[in-house]
Amino acid sequence: MDTYALLQHYWWFVVSLLASLLVFLLFVQGGQTLLFTIGKDKIQQKMLMNSTGRKWEFTFTTLVTFGGAFFASFPLFYSTSFGGAYWLWMLILVCFIIQAVSYEYQSKKGNFIGKRAYQVFLIINGVMAPILLGSAVGMFFTGADFIVNKDHFMDLSMPIISTWTNPWHGLECVFHFWNICLGIAIFFLARVQALLYFINNINDTEMTIRCRKQLIIEMVLFLIFFLVYLVHWVFSEGFAVNPETGAVYMEPYKYLHNLIDMPYLLIIMVIGIIGVVYAMFRTIFSKTWRKGIWFSGFGTVFTVLPILLCAGWNNTAFYPSLENLQSSLTIQNSSSSEFTLKVMAYVTILVPIVLIYIFFAWRALDRHKISEEDVENENNQAY
Amino acid sequence: MLDGINESLVDWSRGQFALTALYHWIFVPLTLGLGVIQAIMETIYYKTGNEFWKKTAKFWMKLFGINFAIGVATGIILEFEFGTNWSNYSWFVGDIFGAPLAIEAILAFFMESTFIAIMFFGWEKVSKRFHLAATWLTIVGATLSAYWILVANAWMQYPVGMEFNPDTVRNEMSDFFALISSPVVIYKFIHTVLSGWVTGAMFVIGISSWYLLKHRASEFSLKSIKVASIFGLIATVLSLWSGDGSAYEVAQKQPMKLAAMEALYEGGEGVGLVGFGILKPDEVKDMTAKNPFYYKFEIPQLLSLLANRQMDTYVPGVRNLLDGGYLQRDGNIALSAEEKIEKGKIAIQALADYRQAKKDNNPELAQTALNIFTYNYPYFGYGYIKDPAELVPNVPMVFYFFRIMVYCGCFFLAFFAISVLLSFIKKYEAARWLQWIALLSFPLAYIAGHAGWIVAETGRQPWAIQDILPVGVSVSRLTTSDVKTTFFMFLIVFTVLLIAEIGIMVKVIKKGPETVIDESI
Repeated sequence: MDTYALLQHYWWFVVSLLASLLVFLLFVQGGQTLLFTIGKDKIQQKMLMNSTGRKWEFTFTTLVTFGGAFFASFPLFYSTSFGGAYWLWMLILVCFIIQAVSYEYQSKKGNFIGKRAYQVFLIINGVMAPILLGSAVGMFFTGADFIVNKDHFMDLSMPIISTWTNPWHGLECVFHFWNICLGIAIFFLARVQALLYFINNINDTEMTIRCRKQLIIEMVLFLIFFLVYLVHWVFSEGFAVNPETGAVYMEPYKYLHNLIDMPYLLIIMVIGIIGVVYAMFRTIFSKTWRKGIWFSGFGTVFTVLPILLCAGWNNTAFYPSLENLQSSLTIQNSSSSEFTLKVMAYVTILVPIVLIYIFFAWRALDRHKISEEDVENENNQAY
Repeated sequence: MLDGINESLVDWSRGQFALTALYHWIFVPLTLGLGVIQAIMETIYYKTGNEFWKKTAKFWMKLFGINFAIGVATGIILEFEFGTNWSNYSWFVGDIFGAPLAIEAILAFFMESTFIAIMFFGWEKVSKRFHLAATWLTIVGATLSAYWILVANAWMQYPVGMEFNPDTVRNEMSDFFALISSPVVIYKFIHTVLSGWVTGAMFVIGISSWYLLKHRASEFSLKSIKVASIFGLIATVLSLWSGDGSAYEVAQKQPMKLAAMEALYEGGEGVGLVGFGILKPDEVKDMTAKNPFYYKFEIPQLLSLLANRQMDTYVPGVRNLLDGGYLQRDGNIALSAEEKIEKGKIAIQALADYRQAKKDNNPELAQTALNIFTYNYPYFGYGYIKDPAELVPNVPMVFYFFRIMVYCGCFFLAFFAISVLLSFIKKYEAARWLQWIALLSFPLAYIAGHAGWIVAETGRQPWAIQDILPVGVSVSRLTTSDVKTTFFMFLIVFTVLLIAEIGIMVKVIKKGPETVIDESI
């Protein structure tokens, strides 16, 4: 593998890792949808709100970083998907806009649309973000209706290179069974993780018991949708690329072949799934164990990462075009130049420093669990 | 405008981006300015151990938090709108433009969002020193964030450090250092951040003056005013210096923008600067306008001095830039707009020929086409321009907003100087006239900031990337109704959130610092 190809693979790994972390951090969204299920009175709801309220910015920042990294490393995807699946991305953005202010504003006087409106915003964000993001990722495996032709740039009458060929501009993806199946699986995963997070982060016996009970329902629903999707994905036809010519063609069991060709991904995925399942079952069967979020968090990243790597590595088209197979995006034809990928790779050397300070900041805040006293103390600037 | 591109689609796409950017810019300057002021106050608390300063910093932090949340909300849209509404742009320059955005998120945004959590929730949970570090790192993160965004914006004004790759049909980065350190970046960064500092200072002084007018929280108000006045004065002086540097760069790199800023249709040597002027609306529509002013007050030779650092030098006007034929500072004769358009069309055709020859496996023809393309590439973007008149931005808009910004800057200088003086001689509390001025004029900081951005962005038109890519070729292939719908969707959402933000701020301000500071009312 030459340096350029190595950098393209490296950047697909970075983008996939960010997406995996984003799926993990969607526990914030999951928590928002459980506000009234787990919190039975105002104090409990306030504790829940302050628990996710101290983490929402990380989900938000990871989404922004994911967007920026995708733009810098695979600009043709940014151009084609964002400009084409316009309505899908706009809905995702709007549901994040309303989240950003809701924590800060809901309890403040003078907010003019009332506390309940902001809580509804958080629930909308909690439902829409995982489902829409999951459906958008589903298109990596089911394809989308677009054409890319760089020669259009020289056509003075219509110099736009990417065209979405249906008028739904991305909304069609949520009407595709396998896309929505993945979206719903991620939605229930977010709720599972939120329950595990609450158990770890909040000091309240009554709510902890309720979380453990609710976990059973969420776990069953998550496993149904996830396993159905996983089985379909493993045995589905995939979008393969001829490494010699760059031509894209359909290959039966492509993603299964990818797992076999890259067995380390299979191993990581199995470890990830075991981590999530272990976290759920042990939390349900133990009355005192609170560390489920760590196992499920790492498990989620370990599960999602190999799935996304299978979308782009091993001569696979990661954003297939159903309109014209040869317009499909691969990590080769959609990436930035070698120079840019190299510069950006140097920047990622600093990422461990970022992770270290995030770790210390989280630890400093989480050393004291959220409690009734904590959210009622005005000095703590609670939401 | 090109035949196949719907003009209203381009206008609505520009409108949507402008709407988002202008809303975003309501909140960012206050974050940048108030962030530093509250960090200074917390530093005084750390040094002296005086609880008064802790409580003062905490009060301003409350307002900072309300403002910050909505700044984050509007900011996320801007990044993604490059893809959603400017998809051709995203490919054509994404290799260069995407990098600063990604670095911003990785290095700056994470820093900001991590430490802001400590800043707000960590008072009782971390040590004094750790908390102070978190407060400073929050504002350092916000300022770094601004730097990387401004690297991207400055590159649109003055594209450097890249080469065109005919095989991928895009510009590719060749010199990262040139990208992040061009003089346009440096001046733009300093000027923009300082304008945020001025906004923060005006905000603190305005609100504190209101308390004084109401005979409330006098110690809190006077001490806040003193800190903010010194801070504001320093920021204004440096802002004037960086503004001059920015204008010099505009003169060198974007002469059409400078001509629009001065409504200079006919250039010449030893050109004066219009201190004040009223334009004739009918006359300025004509590119050959001979007498575009009803009235103007001009300072002789000053524009030449500011633009070229010499009083008798030549500054081209709109007509000269379109007609060409004048001697440029690099010793070459300027081309006319029509010549540039012709060369641009040759470049576009040569690129098409090159790609066809490559497909036909004809290396000789490909090389010939490539040579023609390379020679004409500096004018590539002009090939998409149909009429030279498209090359002229909206002159009245640029002219008037530039003056609004400058007048506000002059006002800030005088205001902060008086404010500092009265604070030091302990006369501010008695100067009710100044308190009224402070209260009524703090919106000027917002007006000045927005005016500056309007000059910078509308003055660049019709270019998305100066001389390389017009906005009409940058858009996504959507229908006008798609973009219209999202425009109004964002307009409603942002307006509702802005009203909520102002409502919450007013409540907190009315409640006053007395809730955190033990002080007689």
